Amino acid sequence: MHFHLKIWRQENSKSAGTFRDYEAKDIPEEASFLEMLDIVNEDLVEKGEDPVAFDHDCREGICGMCSLTINGIPHGQGRGTTCQLYMRKFSDGETIYIEPFRVGAFPLVRDLVVDRSAFDRVMGSGGYTGVRCGGAQDANDTPIAKPIADYAMDAAACIGCGACAAACPNSSAMLFVSAKIGQLGLLPQGEPGAGRRVRHMVAQMDEEGFGNCSNYYECEAACPAGISVAFIARMNRHFALASVRNAVEATA
Amino acid sequence: MSTITLDPKIPEGPLADKWANFLASTKLVNPANRRRYEIIVVGSGLAGGAAAAVLGEQGYNVKCFCYQDSPRRAHSIAAQGGINAAKNYQNDGDSVYRLFYDTIKGGDFRSREANVYRLAQVSGAIIDQCVAQGVPFAREYGGLLANRSFGGAQVSRTFYARGQTGQQLLLGVYSELSAQISAGTVKMFPRTEMLDLVVVDGHAKGIVVRNLVTGEISAHAADAVILATGGYGNVFYLSTNASGCNVTATYRAYRRGALFANPCYTQIHPTCIPVSGDYQSKLTLMSESLRNDGRVWVPKRKEDCGKNPADIPEDARDYYLERKYPSFGNLAPRDISSRSAKEVCDEGRGVGPGGLGVYLDFADAIKRLGEQTIRERYGNLFEMYENITGENAYKVPMRIFPAVHYTMGGLWVDYTLMSNVPGLFVLGEANFSDHGANRLGASALMQGLADGYFVLPNTISSYLAPIRGTRPDVNRPEFKAAVDEVRARVSRLLAGKGKRSVASFHREIGHVLWADCGMARSKEGLERAIKKLGEIREEYWENVRVLGGNESLNQSLERAGRVADYIDFGQLMCLDALSRNESCGAHFRVDHQTEEGEALRDDENYSYVAAWKFTGDGNTPEVIKEPLHYENVHLATRSYK
Repeated sequence: MHFHLKIWRQENSKSAGTFRDYEAKDIPEEASFLEMLDIVNEDLVEKGEDPVAFDHDCREGICGMCSLTINGIPHGQGRGTTCQLYMRKFSDGETIYIEPFRVGAFPLVRDLVVDRSAFDRVMGSGGYTGVRCGGAQDANDTPIAKPIADYAMDAAACIGCGACAAACPNSSAMLFVSAKIGQLGLLPQGEPGAGRRVRHMVAQMDEEGFGNCSNYYECEAACPAGISVAFIARMNRHFALASVRNAVEATA
Repeated sequence: MSTITLDPKIPEGPLADKWANFLASTKLVNPANRRRYEIIVVGSGLAGGAAAAVLGEQGYNVKCFCYQDSPRRAHSIAAQGGINAAKNYQNDGDSVYRLFYDTIKGGDFRSREANVYRLAQVSGAIIDQCVAQGVPFAREYGGLLANRSFGGAQVSRTFYARGQTGQQLLLGVYSELSAQISAGTVKMFPRTEMLDLVVVDGHAKGIVVRNLVTGEISAHAADAVILATGGYGNVFYLSTNASGCNVTATYRAYRRGALFANPCYTQIHPTCIPVSGDYQSKLTLMSESLRNDGRVWVPKRKEDCGKNPADIPEDARDYYLERKYPSFGNLAPRDISSRSAKEVCDEGRGVGPGGLGVYLDFADAIKRLGEQTIRERYGNLFEMYENITGENAYKVPMRIFPAVHYTMGGLWVDYTLMSNVPGLFVLGEANFSDHGANRLGASALMQGLADGYFVLPNTISSYLAPIRGTRPDVNRPEFKAAVDEVRARVSRLLAGKGKRSVASFHREIGHVLWADCGMARSKEGLERAIKKLGEIREEYWENVRVLGGNESLNQSLERAGRVADYIDFGQLMCLDALSRNESCGAHFRVDHQTEEGEALRDDENYSYVAAWKFTGDGNTPEVIKEPLHYENVHLATRSYK
């Protein structure tokens, strides 16, 4: 197969970037999107040109490192991460636009690589139950209804790739944040500290410069882990309640 | 003769009391004194991330380094199946001893009894800790935790979170680590790669790292250094590992004096999607559970291999696992299934591109149970298979082939997980200690978390307590020398005016090792590989082409350093395989097999850990042996006939 690529090239966060044209020739249809880029990069090295930088690691759809916007869609068409996109899904001779995830809170590092450490800081602001290692009770001491555990797992499946924020016209990280709030909030282990968690994580999300949710639902459509926007609604409710409770308690 | 004698420092007393005896007698560091210590942790997966978090909770100052952009992306995340623990929640006869014995036997009697017993002892507490963190393990309708069974065990002791157990456990670790990072006890250095270990007066006292974004090369001093940098499967080029996984941290430590133990023990997983071409960068594992309902076969005659499988009649098919191992059939253990697939492909009876594949056929199961049932059991795997291969496995048989998956070898450690270099601790897949010559399914996650949550945090004080106040300054000459060496190496890689890409070299060493140090090894093949790798090394430093500079994100440069280490390490792996004149677990020497083609172990001569000492570039490494003493189990021959 043969493709015309328009790839975003940018030296670093301070320089200006631009699309440049590349030809991807003799690409096997069994190749994944990232393997297609590997082939292009090997050609570039042979010609003495700098290869295109892009993030990737596990190449099996779970680590969340790969992060390309393909023809305007984070991770490209269909469900799944960039690494799970295969070239047979494209037409021979097609022109493909490849860009980084575009989010103000994810500064560009180089070419297609962005800095998503904002997500780590949001997690650090409250994305944990706070138990120390060593003092836990027996794992079966607190039964959890199967539907609740399953629903918590639906939220926990988030891979932290950032496609939700990249897809959102507001660059909102609400799907990411609400998935963690949802997982921990559904389980009895997350109950102590639940109010603090939702208040702090939302505050940190705002601090990082992510936008707000105005119900486009582009995030859900782009999410490779299938996280539902219902978790955003759930988080909004809990945020409102926790904020009111906190304000009332402050006056006590 | 060697100047080193290996003391595994196994505590006194009966097996079941050793850990308690250790805890009762070890030296401790007072909580108020812990903040005076600096500890470096390299790697943020289950072992490293857990150790960093817990040491932070205990009050130490921790610096944690990872090459990924976030600790949440460590490759532990990709483990699918589950985590073992001797909880006996199923009331089916499990116990600490049973888990210990299964692990020792699964490892083909090449691991250390005391370490494995401790692993089984702390396994239950891991599950408690994970649940407390909010890990959403699978549950039954009664609200209690669910279990499933896994290879090499007769009980159900595997805890799981759908097919994403590694992800959920790692995110639990990441949560706990995030709390410590925000509390300031752990300072995180993402996108930073360790390129050397600094040894001062014989003790590990720091590391040299390169910031992958800015290219800055810097030294960090500490009271102790913990490596939890995973396995070296990517030395084979194609493996189920993440593309960034590498041997550099442990190999550099080896060059600084740490012994590398049993490097030839590499596990090859039988159910992966086969290679489809030279462009391929990664092999994808599919859960072994598929073998519960799929039947493995190849055509009896070579001439049929190109045919549509539907046109090959029943009597022209060879269901070779069912034929050779009637009692275990398609569920024969990993090493045996993998080797059998290789044999039939070597005979020219493999299917698919290059003849490197065997069928895993669900037609009988669909006939018996209906497509709906198969969809319920394996729907996600069939979907993944179709996504990658474009084939519908409900209609045509899957094609599978073995792939490198896990490495049991690693840096040598004693009972406290300290290497022979004082102050250097090694955890998780990066050490050698618990799985012997073959790891059982669902035991990697258990070991990573055992080491990180419960073992290291209780053993490191035995080293730290007596050395308070001796941390060297980062301006000492040892640090400067190490930094200079790293700089020189980077410059040398960038200065080359060669023609070949780093990837092409990586692919080449992968081919060499897969052919001669893969599933079946011979004296001639191993000698050939060692020689070939020597030639590749010569060419590499003459002819590799690394573009760009050091002062920015340069992924070719990162990989160039790793591939250089793979070449050297590959030779060490072959040397170990060559010196082990027996077959055991995943190490199969064709010149050491029974008449029926089964592995032939030699307990009299090879019941030891082979720990290799670096003796300088161009010199043959020296082997130092730690004899394995079995006081509690009887050495038996594994049979799955």
